[in-house]
Amino acid sequence: MSANPQLTDDGRLRHLLTLEGLPARILTQILDTAASFLTVSEAERDVKKVPLLRGKAIFNIFFENSTRTRTTFEIAAKRLSADVVNLNINASSQSKGETLLDTVANLSAMQADMFIVRHAAAGASHLIARHVAPHIHVINAGDGRCAHPTQGLLDMFTLRHYKGAFHNLRVAIVGDVLHSRVARSQIHALTTLGCPEVRVVAPKTLLPRDVENLGVHVFHKMSEGIRDVDAVLMLRLQNERMRGSRLPSAGEYYKHWGLTPDKLKLAKPDAIVMHPGPMNRGVEIDSAVADGMQSVILSQVTFGIAVRMAVMSLLAGSGATGAQS
Amino acid sequence: MKILIRNGRVVDPASGLDAVRDVFVAAGHIVGVGQGPSDFHANQVIDAGGLVVCPGLVDLSVRLREPGLEYRATLESEMHACAVGGITSLACPPDTDPPLDEPGLVEMLKFRAKHMPGPRVYPIGALTRQLAGERLTEMAELNEAGCMAFSQADAPMVDTQVLLRAMEYAKTFELPLWLRPQDPHLAREGVAHDGVIAARLGFPTIPVPAETVALSTILLLVRETRARVHLARLSSRAGIEMVRRAKHDGLPITCDVGVHHVHLSEMDTADFNANCHLIPPLRSQRDRDAIRHGLEDGTIDAICSDHAPVDDDAKELPFQEADPGATGVELLLPLTLKWARETGLPLVKALAYLTQHPARILGVDAGVIAAGRPADLCLFDPDAAWIVSPSNLASLGKNSPYLGLEMQGRVQYTLIDGHLDFRRDGSTRALTTPDETPAMPILPSLGIIVRMA
Repeated sequence: MSANPQLTDDGRLRHLLTLEGLPARILTQILDTAASFLTVSEAERDVKKVPLLRGKAIFNIFFENSTRTRTTFEIAAKRLSADVVNLNINASSQSKGETLLDTVANLSAMQADMFIVRHAAAGASHLIARHVAPHIHVINAGDGRCAHPTQGLLDMFTLRHYKGAFHNLRVAIVGDVLHSRVARSQIHALTTLGCPEVRVVAPKTLLPRDVENLGVHVFHKMSEGIRDVDAVLMLRLQNERMRGSRLPSAGEYYKHWGLTPDKLKLAKPDAIVMHPGPMNRGVEIDSAVADGMQSVILSQVTFGIAVRMAVMSLLAGSGATGAQS
Repeated sequence: MKILIRNGRVVDPASGLDAVRDVFVAAGHIVGVGQGPSDFHANQVIDAGGLVVCPGLVDLSVRLREPGLEYRATLESEMHACAVGGITSLACPPDTDPPLDEPGLVEMLKFRAKHMPGPRVYPIGALTRQLAGERLTEMAELNEAGCMAFSQADAPMVDTQVLLRAMEYAKTFELPLWLRPQDPHLAREGVAHDGVIAARLGFPTIPVPAETVALSTILLLVRETRARVHLARLSSRAGIEMVRRAKHDGLPITCDVGVHHVHLSEMDTADFNANCHLIPPLRSQRDRDAIRHGLEDGTIDAICSDHAPVDDDAKELPFQEADPGATGVELLLPLTLKWARETGLPLVKALAYLTQHPARILGVDAGVIAAGRPADLCLFDPDAAWIVSPSNLASLGKNSPYLGLEMQGRVQYTLIDGHLDFRRDGSTRALTTPDETPAMPILPSLGIIVRMA
């Protein structure tokens, strides 16, 4: 493998493509920076903007549909005073046969400073990062089943916010790990930040082979997997996977892996419940849990903006790497 | 045309010879090794001091991309690249566009290839029409047109009844089937081994059972029909073990692996390098080690390049969207030499996997250095180092996992049918026209070799 393409030669963040291989000091730096932005986002503040990215052009390039992630990136960029352009590529160039790299080359020619990329194939943002000019930064907003690093970071921010630290946590990730870029980013972040026990809980059809190699403990039964955990990280089950050869029905999935108040009682009394959204109520999570006292799901959304502001400002803000070139 | 190849280290796996000898070539044949005919007067002398002289390589899987896929590569470019790689005979799979399922297409390809410098081309016929896996092709007709074997290439054979009947029909004419075992359902939408890298990066997978389930079906049907089957490009430890047992039981099977699978593993896909997107997928290091073991104990008979030139547009994509395959004809020899060096295997044994064994599988008179045999020879410098780069590759396919890396061992001369079709110190390409008069075969100033009809 080549040197980490995300870092500059002197070890600073150049792109954010995956949390795998990033040192703990960089993850912590992002979380600390996000904490300082949290006040900027607070509702009572009259002016919700800081001028860190004034004059920078940020392109949201989404090759896959997304409303929530794209919107939070857009809000984060605008709070940093950047100019934001949203591109939904499904509808434009790709359907005319333009290649991914041609699209990126064209946007680069429009004086872009940063690309935020979502794509259905693993490694798409790596490919773009390999081909952009040195002053352009790439943030992966989800590539296939591979990585969703800002989601992973905002989950870490949420965990740290409510639990204080990682070194004494027992965390369960529940659901479709196989197809989940969120789960992979969570696992890499948790193991890097020193979480001693990361569990995955899912039927065998929704777990990658050799998943233990990622440093997780595998459970198939919820009753065992979430017992005594400090946090339950639920995953979204895609509609198309609810029936077929991986699962017989949404009902049977809910019965065995859906998070209900009864099952949640097995976790520690102060355990928090997280979900990356959008939720399938009554499939992977019961409404009583989603809206309950232990749910921090809406906080995740708020923190997500601060975390994305942190990542963007560290990449392209004044004094950040590459900004001077 | 009489050529004397002087002072080379002649390595002939078939006879076990590994010694400095002169080789005498006349009228397309080897006429002497060590001692030439008394009346031999060379028109040309090649000083092979420091070079290995071995039988021309026989490559069991080279995609020439003709007909139909010329934007990837052309017959001319890839024939030349083969000569640059020391390949003097090749088998090309039928997955062209249209597939090689009619005698006319095969005859056209053979005709075009025959009038170009470069290796002898042996097209593998399509086993079923359009490779659709439904109706058999006219195997006997195709055989008369020049197909020595029949294959589905990488197209699936979903219907087991068709496979059984294909074996029975082929057995009727004693024609071999070349099959790459892969269950299309288990491999559906997959691009990578179902292992630690796919777990990390989330690649859709082709699990080992995709190979072993298909292999099991094939082996059971071979047991039933006794049809001769060559298993193409095994990739897994479990698959190789099944072939080992089946050979022990006396089934009429042979098998090969792609040269990249002798060296690389899933670890090489960890940085999304689309040039490592191969079919079958690169598997675990244990599987890679099992391939090496299978070669050493004779379970695996041959190493092929599995040459698949892919243009940049189809490779400069995210891993799972890129077209699979690697350019291979110019890396077949150096990568095999690398394997021999790493394992301490003597050259005379290692080269058997590129010469004697694949010639036997293909059923052609090649892969041997002996008086009276065709003068298909490869002369290479075993110590010459070179860097794999787009400009250093003659193939139009620049898609190599080894780009930027150093190779040791480089072909200097390739003789095919007694003609010097490639020499490194000069460009060596010319087309033959039917009415061409035999002329001065070499124009040294231009380095051009004109092939005589």
